[in-house]
Amino acid sequence: MTRKEFIYFILRNKKFVFSFCVLTFLAVLATFGPMLTPYDPLEFASFPYQPPNRDHWLGTNTFGQDLFTQLVYGLRSSLLVGLLGGGLATFIGLSIGFAAGYKGGWLDEFLMMLSNILMVLPTLALLIIIAAYLPYRGVAIQSVIIGFTAWPWTARAVRAQTMTLKTREFVDLARITGCNNLKIIWQEIMPNMMSYVFMVFILQFGGAILAATGLDFIGLGPTRGISLGIMMQQATLWSAIQLGMWWWAITPGAVITLIVASLYIMNTGLDEIFNPRLREL
Amino acid sequence: MSLIEVKNLTKEFPLGFLGRIKLKAVDNVSFELDESKLISVIGESGSGKTTIGKLILRLLKPTGGQIIFNGKDIKSFKPKDYYRNVQGIFQDPYSSFNPVYKIDRIFELVFDEFMPQLHRNQRQKEIEEILISVGMNPSQILGKYPHQLSGGQLQRILIARTLLLKPKVLIADEIISMLDASTRVDILGFLGELKQKGMSVIFITHDLSFGYYISDETIILYKGSIMEMGDTIKVFHNPMHPYTRMLLESVPSIEKKWDLEKFFVPEIVHKEISGCKFYERCSEATDECKRQVPQLVEIEENHRVACIKSDVSVRTEWKNFESSRKSDSVG
Repeated sequence: MTRKEFIYFILRNKKFVFSFCVLTFLAVLATFGPMLTPYDPLEFASFPYQPPNRDHWLGTNTFGQDLFTQLVYGLRSSLLVGLLGGGLATFIGLSIGFAAGYKGGWLDEFLMMLSNILMVLPTLALLIIIAAYLPYRGVAIQSVIIGFTAWPWTARAVRAQTMTLKTREFVDLARITGCNNLKIIWQEIMPNMMSYVFMVFILQFGGAILAATGLDFIGLGPTRGISLGIMMQQATLWSAIQLGMWWWAITPGAVITLIVASLYIMNTGLDEIFNPRLREL
Repeated sequence: MSLIEVKNLTKEFPLGFLGRIKLKAVDNVSFELDESKLISVIGESGSGKTTIGKLILRLLKPTGGQIIFNGKDIKSFKPKDYYRNVQGIFQDPYSSFNPVYKIDRIFELVFDEFMPQLHRNQRQKEIEEILISVGMNPSQILGKYPHQLSGGQLQRILIARTLLLKPKVLIADEIISMLDASTRVDILGFLGELKQKGMSVIFITHDLSFGYYISDETIILYKGSIMEMGDTIKVFHNPMHPYTRMLLESVPSIEKKWDLEKFFVPEIVHKEISGCKFYERCSEATDECKRQVPQLVEIEENHRVACIKSDVSVRTEWKNFESSRKSDSVG
């Protein structure tokens, strides 16, 4: 597929265009949103219990904090966790998958044993234990924890792809040209599964956001600052639904759903772009 | 001294749980390759011919035995020093090119790895010269993707790549089996030219007629062992092993009509046999063949056979052929 064809199919795919627009909007909001608001996410801004109005676009909560400010900052940390955590999980998964699939033998057995163990362990329980032991938790630490536990499925899939690609003759030809293994993996094998790598990253991105939200919701989120998960947690803790404060209870969950749903829609869209059999004519 | 010497080469592949079962793909194979000689390795699928090629190209590690190049074990060479002298071309031209790159990359890789100091214009010039020497038009080839070219063209480009390196040995693994009949002879012609330029070629094939057409020496493989080897003319005109004879009879010919009775091909059972590997399919086998492993025995100069019944005297038709050939060459 040449670049021109690729761009053509991308622009024609409604799923991709839609989800891309949504995600770009959210990313822009997370980056420049804090400039739109004079408040700090945790400061007392105005009277509590205000429904959405002109001064407070998404209302205020029980403590008089501005919810739009919280949402914008929370979006920032959620997208950051997705980028870092998802990126790390993809990177580890790719490295381990390539090493196991290309080298084979005892290294393969060992790495797959490792990934099997991690797959069998209940990840949420593991995350709780690790997170509970850390005195200070920030977005970066959270991303690292998520990244180090989310890679096994990626590693397995990459390994399988690598195993089929390495038997192709162009790999043998590169070997008898004297290329080293790293160059072969990087330049011969990986470009052939670039579409897959990209899609894995998108799924990991969404997965990391969901995992972070889960941790935040059970009270193991960042010790300082705000995130979408923490907003949800506080709304539940202070009975937002029972008090009829829908603007506090629903908004953070809706935004998370929007992010993850658009990521998954983007994934299906990309699947159609890369796989000609799924393309609608 | 021969260029490549293969000594008691053995390769086992582990199968089953924790590799408890071993599959002997190559079993105690020895042969030599002299300078500017073309040797063909012939065998059916699963006979280990491709494995031998990969072992010589160091794409696989032997289980036993050694391969000697220029008097030194090939393990002792640095990869680049070795691959400058020993190169290969593989069976499937479509899979030999990475589909995501343009054709030019196959040459660029060679330059990057072996002649990194060469300037860009110089590279371009050399690529063009070499493409012309294999009868191609550089402007029609360069800048294209592999799927835009035909199998024959791709295989020629691979030959051009080999020419760029000028190795001493070329392993040609089934390089014509995926091509149409018209392009085959063409590619074989290039192999012949390479030989004349002093390159030695190991031509791996399952096609007897092409082996006969082009090679100086022939090795007949069956289940990883050499059944018969030697001078091509001697092996083809005086086949002493029942397997070689069976293969030769199976070559379709205009003068012969299909005769099913001749081919006795029982179901192949993979089990450890203590005697001759060909026992199950051999029409001339006796009980002794079941017990005794045949050794390669020299029955005439440069002609060796692994069959315990090979001491049968040389056939009369062959004697006549041989004497007429000698008188021809004298005359």
